[in-house]
Amino acid sequence: MKEIKASKITAAVIELVKRANFSLRIDVLSALRKAYISERNKRVKKLLKAIVDNAALAAKESLAICQDTGMPVVFVEVGQDLKIIGDLKKAINQGIQEGYKKYSLRNSIVVNPLLRGGAGFSPGVIHLDLVMGNKIKITLLPKGFGCENKSQLKMFEPTAKIEEIKEFIVAAVKNAGCDACPPYVVGVGVGGTADYASILAKKALLKKFTAYRLPLTAIGKLEKSLLFAINKLNIGPMGLGGKTTALAVNILTYPTHIAGLPVSVNISCHALRSATIIL
Amino acid sequence: MNKINIYKAGQELFFSGIIYVARDQAHKRLVEAIMNKNRLPFPLKGAIVYYCGPTKTPKNKIIGACGPTTSSRMDAFTPTLLQSGLMGMIGKGNRSSQVRAAIKKYKGIYFITYAGCGALLSKHIESVKIIAYRDLGPEAILKLTVKDFPLIVAIDAKGGSIYG
Repeated sequence: MKEIKASKITAAVIELVKRANFSLRIDVLSALRKAYISERNKRVKKLLKAIVDNAALAAKESLAICQDTGMPVVFVEVGQDLKIIGDLKKAINQGIQEGYKKYSLRNSIVVNPLLRGGAGFSPGVIHLDLVMGNKIKITLLPKGFGCENKSQLKMFEPTAKIEEIKEFIVAAVKNAGCDACPPYVVGVGVGGTADYASILAKKALLKKFTAYRLPLTAIGKLEKSLLFAINKLNIGPMGLGGKTTALAVNILTYPTHIAGLPVSVNISCHALRSATIIL
Repeated sequence: MNKINIYKAGQELFFSGIIYVARDQAHKRLVEAIMNKNRLPFPLKGAIVYYCGPTKTPKNKIIGACGPTTSSRMDAFTPTLLQSGLMGMIGKGNRSSQVRAAIKKYKGIYFITYAGCGALLSKHIESVKIIAYRDLGPEAILKLTVKDFPLIVAIDAKGGSIYG
């Protein structure tokens, strides 16, 4: 059986902390560049340029892309034929702790959500999944809270029309308005249970979105029509309008119960950061 | 920035001078201090506050990433601060109707700055000093000297707003 030491996982997480916070994802960056090029409103174009320039400066000078270095969300897929020597969750949180400290990121985590105070770098929120094989795949998504605060969940009737669901998703973006740093990436989870739909919505943010593959699937068509409807809201960067209110809509689905239809929306700001490593 | 009456919503400008960083928990404490008639950590009269919580300061840098945070979370505290002499605020996003009315009443001004551009904005900071509430960590009150800090007037002293 293949073995891996927990210390190796800690080192990998430290590396992910650096990559995710300093270098904007290539698909996000190219979507932002595309938005900048196609924008005609001069002021909005200038704002989009500042966003693209900010990403370049962050990468060049090893500065955080955004001061909100997020609640670190970690998706882990562990191969069932891999033996981990040590405590996996502890190793991940230690990587977060050391990485955030090493790279001078922000200590945004309060240990007690009600009493507040005593801000630190960790823990993160860890989602563990067991898969086939003997590898471990770790993805770090530092999630800023300006946009996390705009998350929404609705338990629809199983007979709900697709139009009602679309209205709910568009309304969630409208509600976020200009507060959460548009242009957004909109993650949507459909199905499962209340909790699982919300995890899917978050996970949907990890889907690469540079191009829609043809022919479009039913979900692909839904994503495309939602993106069109959201961009008609005319919110735009900092609420100043223009063509781009969202860069992408990503949907993930899962089977659900005959009595229900959970739909969860998780919005990301334009600084959608994530990094993945496979060991 | 003495004659703020001349600025109109939508106008873009570059500010050089002193601004004070304060966000959620610092606002709660400032308002408590006002209510209890305690001494404030900086003179509110004529001051500009910046809703921000920078990262830790990297080696050889003046400050880390330091973009604006969502202003609406400060809405409940803002009218009290304006009443006590606060002049301006810098953040991102729209404000409540109460804040807009208070800005008009007390002749204040609300600016927005480049949202999600914390690395870029760090280049406009010349000096940083922690002046109060150090125990709040990233929410401590800081005094910043800024140069050519980019601003857009979002709500002007007459109550005019870019958000309609």
